[in-house]
Amino acid sequence: MGLLTPDPGLLIWMLITFGVVFFILAKYGFPVVIKMVDERKAYIDNSLKAAREANEQLANVKQESEKVLAQAREEQGRILSEAAATRDRIIKDAQERAQREGQRLMDEVKKQIETEKESAIRDIRRQVAVLSVGIAEKIMRNKLADEKEQTELIDRMLDEMIESSKK
Amino acid sequence: MLLLLLAIVPAETLKAQNDEAADVDVNELVFGHIGDAYEWHIATFGNTSLSIPLPVIVKSSTGWHVFSSSKLEGGEEYEGLYIAEGGAYDGKIVERDAAGAEIRPFDISITKDVLGLFINSAILVVIMIACARWYKKHPVEQSAPRGGVGMMEALILMIYDDVIKGCVGEDYKRYAPYLLTAFFFVLVNNLMGLIPIFPGGANVTGNIAITLVLALCTFLLTNIFGTKEYWKEIFWPDVPTWLKAPVPMMPLIEFFGIFTKPFALMIRLFANIMAGHAAVLSLIAIIFITVKAGPIINGSMTFVAVVFGIFMNALEILVAFIQAYVFTMLSAVFIGLSRVKGHGAK
Repeated sequence: MGLLTPDPGLLIWMLITFGVVFFILAKYGFPVVIKMVDERKAYIDNSLKAAREANEQLANVKQESEKVLAQAREEQGRILSEAAATRDRIIKDAQERAQREGQRLMDEVKKQIETEKESAIRDIRRQVAVLSVGIAEKIMRNKLADEKEQTELIDRMLDEMIESSKK
Repeated sequence: MLLLLLAIVPAETLKAQNDEAADVDVNELVFGHIGDAYEWHIATFGNTSLSIPLPVIVKSSTGWHVFSSSKLEGGEEYEGLYIAEGGAYDGKIVERDAAGAEIRPFDISITKDVLGLFINSAILVVIMIACARWYKKHPVEQSAPRGGVGMMEALILMIYDDVIKGCVGEDYKRYAPYLLTAFFFVLVNNLMGLIPIFPGGANVTGNIAITLVLALCTFLLTNIFGTKEYWKEIFWPDVPTWLKAPVPMMPLIEFFGIFTKPFALMIRLFANIMAGHAAVLSLIAIIFITVKAGPIINGSMTFVAVVFGIFMNALEILVAFIQAYVFTMLSAVFIGLSRVKGHGAK
């Protein structure tokens, strides 16, 4: 049957045509399309990945900022409490120092008073002695009769005075 | 509407012929349209037939002859060459040898099928290059194709991802250009064959020479790049030894399988497309056969024929796609089978 026997002319033309079509399409047709589709796929994949990474980064940043905030708050609290402690300590120190200084001044004053008292007593004693000598002179001038009796009297009186002053 | 046109145009064409000869030779009509021709017949109005003459290129015993096919019209002889009627070379250009017997010269005329092949190939190349150019003009980052280019991309990817990647296996990238070319080549030729007037209508993929070349390509690709495992499975398959040792039964079957597979590819595509064309033409021919049976029967049969013709054309569009798909898929499967890596590897 004519239909089942391939015609050689058509066979040759088909070989040439198909060869040319194949060559053109295999070189300039399909690879371009497939390459571009692959590239687009890669591009989409990359974009998705980038978006996911960006999202993750954003979440990280949020978390980090929260962490930083919490840290800052903590730091703030710590600094505040430290400052309060320092303040308390300074106040306490000052108080102590003031107390000590006051005590020291009081002691000094007391000591000064004591020395001054003693010197005053010594002065008085001297004065008394001078006065006594003066009195004695006067008495002696007046009554030098009984000298022995007079001297005894003066001594007794002086002793009494010293005793009373010592008390 | 288009489908209606598809069915009606050949009807109009044939009606014109009908005026002359009431007795329609359906066989000649159908096979005349299915087969190849030296001119591209479009229509016959009364006694004038409208057809496109095509160049005849023949190397006969007297050397090369190149002339228009219009010189051979109506059985005329030109430079010792004429178109044979009946006999072994019915419808082909022949010459007479010294003994007066018809012999066939070396004939590479641009026949209807060859021109159809050229036109369809040009259409295919233009479409694909246009697509490729679109991609060159539009960087990946900017946009994905829509419309025509998008449709072609979807088609290409459907074949590439589903058929080629799935069936060929590991190194599918090497075979993708051939398989994609085969798919679109068959598809475009199938679809163009369904258009009844000039640029289409040539029964290209329904010609055995065309499918022979396609099947031959698959055959060569399968066997040239076959792995050791593939040849081992042919000549020493994993079957009980008595099936292959003294009498090589299985190896013989497997060996024939090498040839039957591409042969089946060739016949399947050829027969499907040819049968589709024959069915549509036969349905339309019913209109002219029933002319003698009176106007009522003729009218009703015309209606039936047109309805069935539309149905067949719609079916043929589906078949055009399915056959291209099947051809590609089976080629991919055969190539995939020849690339086996041994069962132990799994």
